[in-house]
Amino acid sequence: MNSTLAILAILDGISYAALVFLVSVGLSLIFGVLRVVNVAHGSLYAYGAYLAATLSIAVAPISPLLTYPALLIASVVIGVTCGGFIERFLLRPVYGREEVLQLLITFAVFMIMDNLQRLIWGVQPIFASEPLKLLPNVRVFGVTYTSYQVVLLPLVAIVTLVGLRYFLRYTLSGAVIMAVTEDREAATAIGIDAQRVYLLTFIIGATLAALGGALALPTTSLVPGMGTDMIVLSFAVAATAGLGQIEGTAVTALMIGLARAFVIYIHPEFEVLVPYLLMVLVLLVRPLGLFGTSKARKI
Amino acid sequence: MADVLLSARGISIRFGGVVAADNVDLDVLDGESLAIISPNGAGKTTFLNISTGYLRPQAGAVTFLGKDITAQPPRTITRLGIARAFQIPQLFLDQTVMENMLIAAASHARRWTPLQAMSAMPERTAMERLLDLVGVQGYAERPARELPEGQRKLVDIALALALKPKLLLMDEPTSGVASSEKLGIMDILTSALAQEKVTSVFVEHDMDMVERYANRVAVWSAGKIQKLGPPAEVLQDPAVREQVIGI
Amino acid sequence: MPSRLQPMTVAAVIGFTAAAVAPLFVPSWTTLVALILAKAIVVLGIIVLLQAGQVSFGHAMFFAVGAYAAAFWGKYLGIGDLALYLLLGSVLATLSGLVVGLFVVRYREIFFGMLNLAFSMVLWSLLEKMFHYTNGADGIRVARPTVVGMTFSPDAFQFVILYVSLTLAVVAFALVQRYLDSPLGHMLRAIKSNETRLEYLGTSARRVLLAGYVLSAFLGGIGGVLVAVIQGIATPEFGFWTKSGEFVFIAILGGVGHALGAFAGAAVFEIVRFFAAAMLANAWQLILGVVLIVIILFAPNGLIGLVTRSSRAKGDN
Repeated sequence: MNSTLAILAILDGISYAALVFLVSVGLSLIFGVLRVVNVAHGSLYAYGAYLAATLSIAVAPISPLLTYPALLIASVVIGVTCGGFIERFLLRPVYGREEVLQLLITFAVFMIMDNLQRLIWGVQPIFASEPLKLLPNVRVFGVTYTSYQVVLLPLVAIVTLVGLRYFLRYTLSGAVIMAVTEDREAATAIGIDAQRVYLLTFIIGATLAALGGALALPTTSLVPGMGTDMIVLSFAVAATAGLGQIEGTAVTALMIGLARAFVIYIHPEFEVLVPYLLMVLVLLVRPLGLFGTSKARKI
Repeated sequence: MADVLLSARGISIRFGGVVAADNVDLDVLDGESLAIISPNGAGKTTFLNISTGYLRPQAGAVTFLGKDITAQPPRTITRLGIARAFQIPQLFLDQTVMENMLIAAASHARRWTPLQAMSAMPERTAMERLLDLVGVQGYAERPARELPEGQRKLVDIALALALKPKLLLMDEPTSGVASSEKLGIMDILTSALAQEKVTSVFVEHDMDMVERYANRVAVWSAGKIQKLGPPAEVLQDPAVREQVIGI
Repeated sequence: MPSRLQPMTVAAVIGFTAAAVAPLFVPSWTTLVALILAKAIVVLGIIVLLQAGQVSFGHAMFFAVGAYAAAFWGKYLGIGDLALYLLLGSVLATLSGLVVGLFVVRYREIFFGMLNLAFSMVLWSLLEKMFHYTNGADGIRVARPTVVGMTFSPDAFQFVILYVSLTLAVVAFALVQRYLDSPLGHMLRAIKSNETRLEYLGTSARRVLLAGYVLSAFLGGIGGVLVAVIQGIATPEFGFWTKSGEFVFIAILGGVGHALGAFAGAAVFEIVRFFAAAMLANAWQLILGVVLIVIILFAPNGLIGLVTRSSRAKGDN
């Protein structure tokens, strides 16, 4: 492997990791606060992408620049409507029941959303790459790459990481979320509405997933299986980092992104194997994940 | 001179700032009934936890019949002949009382068979007798979760007895049992233990029980054994009366 | 909850008889019924593990091992006998169950689930990408095997595989029932209610769970061989996380308190899929999703729970 390929691999890894991080951190946040594994998370990612595509294709003829707000709007719409609906009407009735039942509810939601997705948007691949094409290419250490992938995506990921950290640690809402996560009874006793916290957290997590999908749109073609693949991948990243770990998820996403990128250039048939093999190895040694603490509720 | 069954030497353990045991030596003699009393929260359960492998002391060693059991897990220690009854009854709440007992019997007999019905095990008669002994035979076919606290306590003890132990460690055996029944149960229990030649150690805070059923009392306070002797002597000691009994 | 209720035995007899007889009247149902029985065998394994309170989200791996055992035999050794496929598949699945089990029985709850998922996805990625050996996503065709030396026409074979699946299903059902009634079965349930106490009785919870895990892997392998033969193909999807989810779905749908739940759940699942796919071509997943949500919200003990609840209300128990 020469240096050009190595640099390419690094850039591939970074841009891929940025997207995976957005989805994984949403999943991790939801688990950290609600203790629910949201199997529908991949569908939220896919819907974010598909809606972004629909909006992009609609506004692109008017002005390609509008595709940027289109991405954002799509994420928020999916996050708030789908995320809100799922938490409020499907998950809330089963809080307090066995955790596997809560997980199965989200699995059922995944089945429904996956089916609806095919009915609404069909099974043919969809392309909408304006946002990527609008931005110039850059040269990084002699390698040409799109600035969308190597500047915008990592930027969004970093802003999200910092924003989440700031939100959780330095704002009142964030403190409320942390309180409910730490001890729901105590938080309720001092007047915190745990139900609203759960709703808010789920919506944030869902929006992040949808954002990941919307931002992924310009880089790839949308196909029916994208949600199904993303849920298990984001879960692998989140679990390897330690469910509920925000910063840890960023590091793990980067690690897995880079590992995968290098493997693609060296031994392409092992590409899909990488995240899951890493997951097995990490969980065997540290079941709480690389950055998980024994108070696994902490976020 | 009775043989030493269980011997703790130099046991030290602290939890954060609390010193639960500070270089403690304690022997349990074969055939005796040893009571451990202490002011509240002074870690009397700690001795049971260490002797059964649930906790490892930070210093010191415990031997049972000459074998070092300090670092052994509860499972191994149980097989050597030490059984434990808990302060809060630890039962298999989703299964019937008889099923609970049969699990204990099957475990003791190493009957880990996959295809024979547990309900038809030969040990069933012996388990019925044990349930009879502690007076809960009427509950045999009820799920354990339906039992009131006192009855759960008795089943908990019966489970330990099902293991045919040489040493039975009980954590407040009559707490939760109706006062009118305490004496009756302890009478039956002690005679059964004597008959089966089972040595017992029990943590207790009811001094009546201690007086009647222990032949030695150890006072555990501030991480040390402050006094050790027959109940008549220990329970009359003014320091003990002040600290532990609160008179 | 007792594992053998008299009404259950009656229901089982009725169910299995119906499975044997109905396709004689409606031959187009033959494959459907065989598929139901084969999948139910796998789900029996999930139910065994659920007794210990553990959910495996990677059970598809043993299903895939069984399926690919049959497929590889055909690919590398030529057409073999169903008995040999079953033998190879079950042995390989049991061995992999032992190996994976040795690792996973140290964990509980979500960690148990996650680690199983991880192992199954590792297997899936190998099946999907080791194109040279596995033919990748297209899978490997499984030609009709001989059965105890005899070759059958396609029409006759449909019935043969049905009755083989039925026989294996009845045996598996009886086996799991007896297992759950045995000391090991009760100890498995003891892990769910009070694992510490089990240890304090002198029994290793890990070993008890491992025994259950190996049994469930065995059942998964058998089911995998059967499905591969019934459908004539083994694909990487057999080992994908959605397949594991499907098995858990069926277990919860049918009701995990009784082995019969595996059959009730598999029957409803496959029948809904069959008819929904026929009538509303593209909405069967949606319908099944809604069914699952309804069951979880309103009938948490599954279909079996509904039946026992109503029979208890009628005073049958």
